[in-house]
Amino acid sequence: MKCFSRYLPYLFRPPSTILSSTCHTEADIISTVEFNSSGELLATGDKGGRVVVFQREQESKSQPQRRGEYNVYSTFQSHEPEFDYLKSLEIEEKINKIKWLPQQNAAYFLLSTNDKTVKLWKISERDKRPEGYNLKDDDGRIRDPSTITSLRVPVLQPMDLMVEATARRVFSNAHTYHINSISVNSDLQTYISTDDLRVNLWNLEITDRSFNIVDIKPANMEELTEVITSAEFHPQQCNTFAYSSSKGSIRLCDMREAALCDKHCKYFEEPEDPSTRSFFSEIISSISDVKFSHNGRYLMTRDYLTVKVWDLQMENKPLETYQVHDYLRGKLCSLYENDCIFDKFECVWNGSDSVIMTGSYNNFFRMFDRNTKRDVTLEASRENSKPRAILKPRKVCVGGKRRKDEISVDSLDFSKKILHTTWHPHENIIAVAATNNLYIFQDKVN
Amino acid sequence: MAGADGDDSLYPIAVLIDELRNEDVQLRLNSIKKLSTIALALGVERTRTELLPFLTDTIYDEDEVLLALAEQLGNFTMLVGGPEYVHCLLPPLESLATVEETVVRDKAVESLRKISQEHSPVDLEVHFEPLVKRLASGDWFTSRTSACGLFSVCYPRVSSTVKAEIRQHFRTLCADDTPMVRRAAASKLGEFSKVLELDYLKSDIISLFTALASDEQDSVRLLAVEACVSIATLLPQEDLETLVMPTLRQAAEDKSWRVRYMVADKFSELQKAVGPEITKNDLVPAFQNLLKDCEAEVRAAAANKVKEFCENLPEDSREQIIMTHILPCVKELVSDTNQHVKSALASVIMGLSTILGKDNTIEHLLPLFLAQLKDECPEVRLNIISNLDCVNEVIGIRQLSQSLLPAIVELAEDAKWRVRLAIIEYMPLLAGQLGVEFFDEKLNTLCMAWLIDHVYAIREAATCNLMKLVEKFGAEWAQNTIVPKVLGMANDPNYLHRMTTLFCINALSEACGQDITTKQMLPVVLKMSTDQVANVRFNVAKSLQKIGPVLDSNALQTEVKPVLEKLATDTDMDVKYFAQEAISVLALA
Repeated sequence: MKCFSRYLPYLFRPPSTILSSTCHTEADIISTVEFNSSGELLATGDKGGRVVVFQREQESKSQPQRRGEYNVYSTFQSHEPEFDYLKSLEIEEKINKIKWLPQQNAAYFLLSTNDKTVKLWKISERDKRPEGYNLKDDDGRIRDPSTITSLRVPVLQPMDLMVEATARRVFSNAHTYHINSISVNSDLQTYISTDDLRVNLWNLEITDRSFNIVDIKPANMEELTEVITSAEFHPQQCNTFAYSSSKGSIRLCDMREAALCDKHCKYFEEPEDPSTRSFFSEIISSISDVKFSHNGRYLMTRDYLTVKVWDLQMENKPLETYQVHDYLRGKLCSLYENDCIFDKFECVWNGSDSVIMTGSYNNFFRMFDRNTKRDVTLEASRENSKPRAILKPRKVCVGGKRRKDEISVDSLDFSKKILHTTWHPHENIIAVAATNNLYIFQDKVN
Repeated sequence: MAGADGDDSLYPIAVLIDELRNEDVQLRLNSIKKLSTIALALGVERTRTELLPFLTDTIYDEDEVLLALAEQLGNFTMLVGGPEYVHCLLPPLESLATVEETVVRDKAVESLRKISQEHSPVDLEVHFEPLVKRLASGDWFTSRTSACGLFSVCYPRVSSTVKAEIRQHFRTLCADDTPMVRRAAASKLGEFSKVLELDYLKSDIISLFTALASDEQDSVRLLAVEACVSIATLLPQEDLETLVMPTLRQAAEDKSWRVRYMVADKFSELQKAVGPEITKNDLVPAFQNLLKDCEAEVRAAAANKVKEFCENLPEDSREQIIMTHILPCVKELVSDTNQHVKSALASVIMGLSTILGKDNTIEHLLPLFLAQLKDECPEVRLNIISNLDCVNEVIGIRQLSQSLLPAIVELAEDAKWRVRLAIIEYMPLLAGQLGVEFFDEKLNTLCMAWLIDHVYAIREAATCNLMKLVEKFGAEWAQNTIVPKVLGMANDPNYLHRMTTLFCINALSEACGQDITTKQMLPVVLKMSTDQVANVRFNVAKSLQKIGPVLDSNALQTEVKPVLEKLATDTDMDVKYFAQEAISVLALA
């Protein structure tokens, strides 16, 4: 049997942690997953508006193999379903994105957003509580006021650790369309929230106003040909951000030049190959996610069938193009009919920008090594999860004879899709959201 | 100790202490606001040993409670036993200085600065300075940002070795990894420079200033501009050119519009700080560039400074600089594509006429004023009209009146009621400057038209305007021009207009005097008491109450009283209520 170390330098063990809810309802479907900047915490958001934060177990000498297990640290309801009475619109509670803020004191902060409202949450620990009342005795009985002859100042006593989540800020009423992404600036003072037609700039401390920096809404909505699908700030340059469009292009904007960034400074687009043009060309070229590499040199974009890496210095074509599931090219018609063609897959970089990961169908996810040009398909599943085993690579065969261990395109399950994944910022630990399950894999210990 | 006094005095304090941790935020807040009462009851010793340690650990609370706590502790010196023990307040303030909420942190720093003055020089070195050091080398940026605000208060009062340490800490924070700390350091750079010895200012601060002014983060660079003002003020003139100007020139041409905006916004301060010679050589061209900047926000900020900049130019060359360098740019701005730029300019441009004198104003500025009076944006026109007094002093308003009138009329009929409201507010001013004849001829009809505007706020402002006009032009003028028209509206089929008559009478009676009120207004009001609309009737009662003091007692008894008595038996309960109120206020019962 082939060992997958031939494909990638990283060996991922079967899920060290599978976190899933026992009753599988629509509300439990995970809609976003994100590591914080140290990788010690991992947050997921779901369709029911909940945020679950996992904390990595501290390393213990007695059980070295248990290092890196993630346990639930805090769970809270971030968004509630709402109704916009003016527009007669239901606002779903689904968490579209979570972004962590760098740690600023003993507490942790994250931004979570649904379609309309961004919230800043503080997750903090409390391990002391005050004891001693004047008007009650220690058993909680009310004392007769006339018996009070001296004053007691409460004293703080240790108690069991309690983790609290509190909404510190609510940024609302700035988006007419659905928010698809949020991104924190490297100045750690501002962030952007992006909907289908606009990008707004906020100060993290000010909730009553935001500045519109991109607006692509045409005067007449019938002339609308393109929407914004995602936007992200450059990791180091505070003035640069990129946004992707449904037409397959990416625009890079410089906030230094003008207060309004309607004019982009760079425009990345690959000319279409006329020979492959079809009815679906436009749909499958729509970009579902854009991510800067950690070093800020590259941009990665995901469209329906490929992942592309762009050099910021080269606008006319991508540096690298990786086929995620090219075998679906012949099935676009049925994917269109079951709406799968509109699925929004995300993509992530590993900590050193050398490997990229993105999802597919049938609970498969793909990794591409940019240096060796090798790639691998892995499956997020509970089966054959022998401890300390190595994840087996999977193969999809197209037509012809099916070899052992291969799976035919026609038997792929399109309802099992992996849209959201995240990679630990420094280590080879990945979290993969497969509908209501979260799989956390890490590379082989020792 | 208070304990000996018994229950009566202890009970309220006991409640306050227990409510320090009530579940209701409001109750906790109340308790914190009465912290001095609690401390007084506990006495200085228990405050130090029990209350303060408890408060030090209660940093989990809501922001508003923490904010109140931070503020209270700044005034606590006497309650812990005077300056000798003031250092006991440091631990709770230290923990408040590290919370994530900026307003709380800032308040804690403010209180720390306050109590630092109450430390003896020895205590400052033994207790306060170590706290500053702890904050400055804290793990989290929140504590390091707070430290930035504390250096300047302890620096002047410590020994030279400690001074050297403080300078070193400040240097470290200026090069901190997180932009927040560099921002905090940049914003305190000016303040810290002021307490530093000149030699260290030159050797230390200048290099820090230069580094911050070329930081990779826009938000840090723009704060360095502010520091530039204080540093330039402190340095001797001969050092400015080499130490400050390269950085300032660079900032004025920064790639980021936000930095250039900051330079434009601080231009007057910069100008004063660098003095006349550098202004002439450097700032004039820089200002020209800012007025021509490609970003509208920058142009608007610069346009706002045009008058101040020109005023502060050295007198010997002022006129020449304005005429050859500034005015050409201003001319371009008059036809700018952005309305914020135009309206910023319009709010200050009139001020140039006093600087340039009559002839230049007529020849160069007047065409600009006239162009702006015809601007498509109402705000621009309004800003010009609201500053007419400056021009009036120099060339008299007649020069403008030809263009003024159409501009006013257009604003008076603007579709936006807020614009109409704004122009109404300038009417008394305009009337005073244009004179009664011009007013009667051209503007009177406008003022009357506003009385029947369909927006209540306009009708209300219009009545108030009439009152001010009467105060200006006198009762006789009112009797001839305004009163007949106002009273005529009493027969209007629209009840809202009939009510406007009453509102006008309320406003005018005092200014018009007893004679006009009794002879002309009162009969109309009394007649309206039989109006079929109840709203009009109860406003009659309110009006009678209002104008009663102006009338003589005879009129009150024979004319007002019967009418009010009749209204007091009205079928409508509001009419009854206001009639009875009027009767009792006027003492007619």
